[in-house]
Amino acid sequence: MSVGVISKVYPMRSHTVSAEGGAAAVISPTDSLDDHAYDTISGSDWLADQDAVEALVSEAPREMLQLEHWGCPWSREPGGEVAVRPFGGMKAERTWFAADKTGFHLLHTLFQTSLQYDAIARYDEWFVTSLIVDDGKCQGVTAIEVATGNLQAIGAKAVILCTGGGGRIYPFTTNANIKTGDGMALAYRAGVPLKDMEFVQYHPTGLPGTGILITEAARGEGGILVNNEGRRYLQDYDLGKPLDLDDPEHPQKRTMELGPRDRLSQAFIHEREAGRTFQGPTGDYVNLDIRHLGEKLIDRKIPMVRELAVRYVGIDPVIEPIPVRTVVHYMMGGISTDVMGATELPGLYAAGECACVSVNGANRLGSNSLTEILVFGARAAASAVMHAADSPDPSDALLESSVRDEEHRIRSGWAGSNGDGETVAGIRTDLQETLEEGAGIFRNEQALRETSATIADLKQRYKRLSLADTSKTFNTELIAALELGAMIDVGEAVAHSALARTESRGSHQRLDHPDRDDVGFLKHSLAYQSDGDPTIGYQDVTITRWPPGERVYGDV
Amino acid sequence: MATQYLRPLPRSWWLRKANYFLFMLRELTSLAVLAYAIFLIVLLWQAADDATFSALFETLHQPWSIAVHLVILTLALIHTGTWIALTPKVVVLWQDDERVDPDLVAGLNGVAWLVVSGLVLWLVLS
Amino acid sequence: MSESVALEVFRFLPDDETEPRFETYEISYQDDWVVLDALNHVKAEVDPTLSFRWSCRMGVCGSCGMMVNGEPKLTCEAFVRDYDSDTIKIEPLTHFPVIRDLVINMEDFMTKLPTVTPWVIPKEEKSLDEGEYLQTPAEVAHYKRFSMCINCMLCYSACPVYGLDSTFTGPAALALGQRYNLDSRDGGQQERADVLTSHDGIWECTYIGECTQVCPKDVDPAGAIQMLKLSYAIDWAKSVVMPWGRR
Repeated sequence: MSVGVISKVYPMRSHTVSAEGGAAAVISPTDSLDDHAYDTISGSDWLADQDAVEALVSEAPREMLQLEHWGCPWSREPGGEVAVRPFGGMKAERTWFAADKTGFHLLHTLFQTSLQYDAIARYDEWFVTSLIVDDGKCQGVTAIEVATGNLQAIGAKAVILCTGGGGRIYPFTTNANIKTGDGMALAYRAGVPLKDMEFVQYHPTGLPGTGILITEAARGEGGILVNNEGRRYLQDYDLGKPLDLDDPEHPQKRTMELGPRDRLSQAFIHEREAGRTFQGPTGDYVNLDIRHLGEKLIDRKIPMVRELAVRYVGIDPVIEPIPVRTVVHYMMGGISTDVMGATELPGLYAAGECACVSVNGANRLGSNSLTEILVFGARAAASAVMHAADSPDPSDALLESSVRDEEHRIRSGWAGSNGDGETVAGIRTDLQETLEEGAGIFRNEQALRETSATIADLKQRYKRLSLADTSKTFNTELIAALELGAMIDVGEAVAHSALARTESRGSHQRLDHPDRDDVGFLKHSLAYQSDGDPTIGYQDVTITRWPPGERVYGDV
Repeated sequence: MATQYLRPLPRSWWLRKANYFLFMLRELTSLAVLAYAIFLIVLLWQAADDATFSALFETLHQPWSIAVHLVILTLALIHTGTWIALTPKVVVLWQDDERVDPDLVAGLNGVAWLVVSGLVLWLVLS
Repeated sequence: MSESVALEVFRFLPDDETEPRFETYEISYQDDWVVLDALNHVKAEVDPTLSFRWSCRMGVCGSCGMMVNGEPKLTCEAFVRDYDSDTIKIEPLTHFPVIRDLVINMEDFMTKLPTVTPWVIPKEEKSLDEGEYLQTPAEVAHYKRFSMCINCMLCYSACPVYGLDSTFTGPAALALGQRYNLDSRDGGQQERADVLTSHDGIWECTYIGECTQVCPKDVDPAGAIQMLKLSYAIDWAKSVVMPWGRR
């Protein structure tokens, strides 16, 4: 069995590298799989598929141990055991961490370990432009070798998409430049639905100006959020009561600053509307105070928080609070898959942020994402291998015709370089602004309709795009234009799915429909691409052992 | 792929950056040490009898010779200094999970060499 | 508050031109901009044909290394306001072939990386059912620093040895070898010996030390290489004096 890994960037640059806080897996004797499952399901506002969550929590410890055996430098207890720390929405300490560069260490460990296997062929800096679908099956991809500009077909008996989310469709995000939803668009265009796209997570603590992430671990270690009156404002938002900072129970699990991200981000908006946030040169912010943790703990357990604060906002968090604000961080929605990572299209699999199984439902708990990519990456791989074992090779004729068709599609996708067309940057900015306007933390029908209409207009403007760069060698304007096409498709799915969901749940908050509606909407949305607006279908959520209840945080 | 552009390093690379220049100087000090070691061997070999040795010694006492010796001493000291500074890079000491201050390691090494040098000097002079 | 600066940017368009040139872009910048922000501004508003790599913009992915006023820097960590001159010169990382504009060919490093055996060769076998290898915080500390490399290649740009002879394995790859040698779970020091102690390996290093100076993550590759020299010299001495001691 040979495996091709195709990435538009060198593998060490994948955005997993930026993940900071940790990965959750049950390891402590006082913890249990059921507790991890319940925390995840309630955190998801009951939209997570419970069979998928059960798989996640039960397979998590083994996957994490596998990374440890492969060399991941997990932070340790004095006796040498893997250490765990508290995280938002989790009842017990179960977040494994490698200081606060967990994603970096996981990625480098996995990548370096993979180098010993000759069966893995890598296509570094190849940009996939389409899926090859024939005879009802996915049989490979067409991709541009960025360095040369040559488009080629890569045949495969199975394709697994691990292309990440699409945070760059918003103007202010923790996400890297490369998070443009490419894989989601590939599947969408091949007829696979995108599930739960309306659920976009705003992380409560990003640095103002840049949007650089300040990990939840800062709060896991005991950091507090304070408004311009010096008040720990989360106590006013049904998240429990604050403890004294020197109380041994602080930070209290599932309480206050360790509440779920959607609720914390919503609280920020309310505080801003009430005039209780600070005014900064780039907008409003609140203070994340970690001074009481002390220099020693900060340098040992969250050193990158200090480095980032010092470098990018000129604040040393040992002596001053860090200005933070809400920032787009994660997409719970994505390519619809089953619990084995398979999509509706035979031969096509997906895992990670680009997929939606769903384990995260309407809101993801921090440190479940790194766990998800390991567990479902392995599941999707197992499924793909089984499928590939039974599949014939794609024919040369198919690969050749795919290249021809794709070259034609790309060339005729936009206007020539006649100078009076649209620009990539112009359309991109307009897309980002309209999504922030209509599909932000709080939504309503009017704004969502406007955003949907704007996006439909952007699709037309995209056809009038003219590229200044006509060269073949490393043409980054071409790549940016292709990414923009994906971003528009993803944005369309977000806007229309949000418009159709007339309830509030998790990170999708409708001011005109403020309550959760389990009767009408205990379902996943499915956005299917069509010639005009996407059609939105629904699929029931799988409930196994946890009937929908109220999400309660604070003093549980 | 289209032709790539290559930028070979010019011979004057070591003049481009202060650190590169200092590196070259450091390497040159080793030449001074080597040269003097060779000189000493030749001296011992040539000056086999008392008469030749005394004559050579007179030459070595000339002001210009003293000056040259001082220069070589300086270069040798610089050379030694760079070696002592290198020690903490190679000898990494730990106190549990904290690294022992590299400057302390270098300092202790320097002190040790001073003591040894003092001993040798005392032995020679007495 | 907005100031202005001139960016003198290296351009190389191999499809149309045989020789590189410099293009100067005069722009206004904001006080909190890094050089990368300035380049993105140029690409979005002035010249979309300018090609360069970037991704995370927070100093952890290693994509955006370039020469800024002759020094290898991560452009996402180089603040425009810190440059006194009216002009900032931006070039691709030295010692690498240029594919186009500010994009270098780093395949040489990608080829060398697997040769230092950068994976754990377990000292003792353990199944997953037996749980984790125990590793105390002190044991983690021994190799932690050398595990922080983001593969940004600034050290290769700073190293004249690599500049003069690109067969040199180089600082990042060698430091990664040491990261695994020092990991208490690993027993592969001998397996790595061939490559690390080859004439292209640690012994080609003359301890100029500039790699450590430019490293944005404080990995200290120069230190790693000198430690390797001592370790393998001791190994060699042992093999001569006690040849039976080999595994």
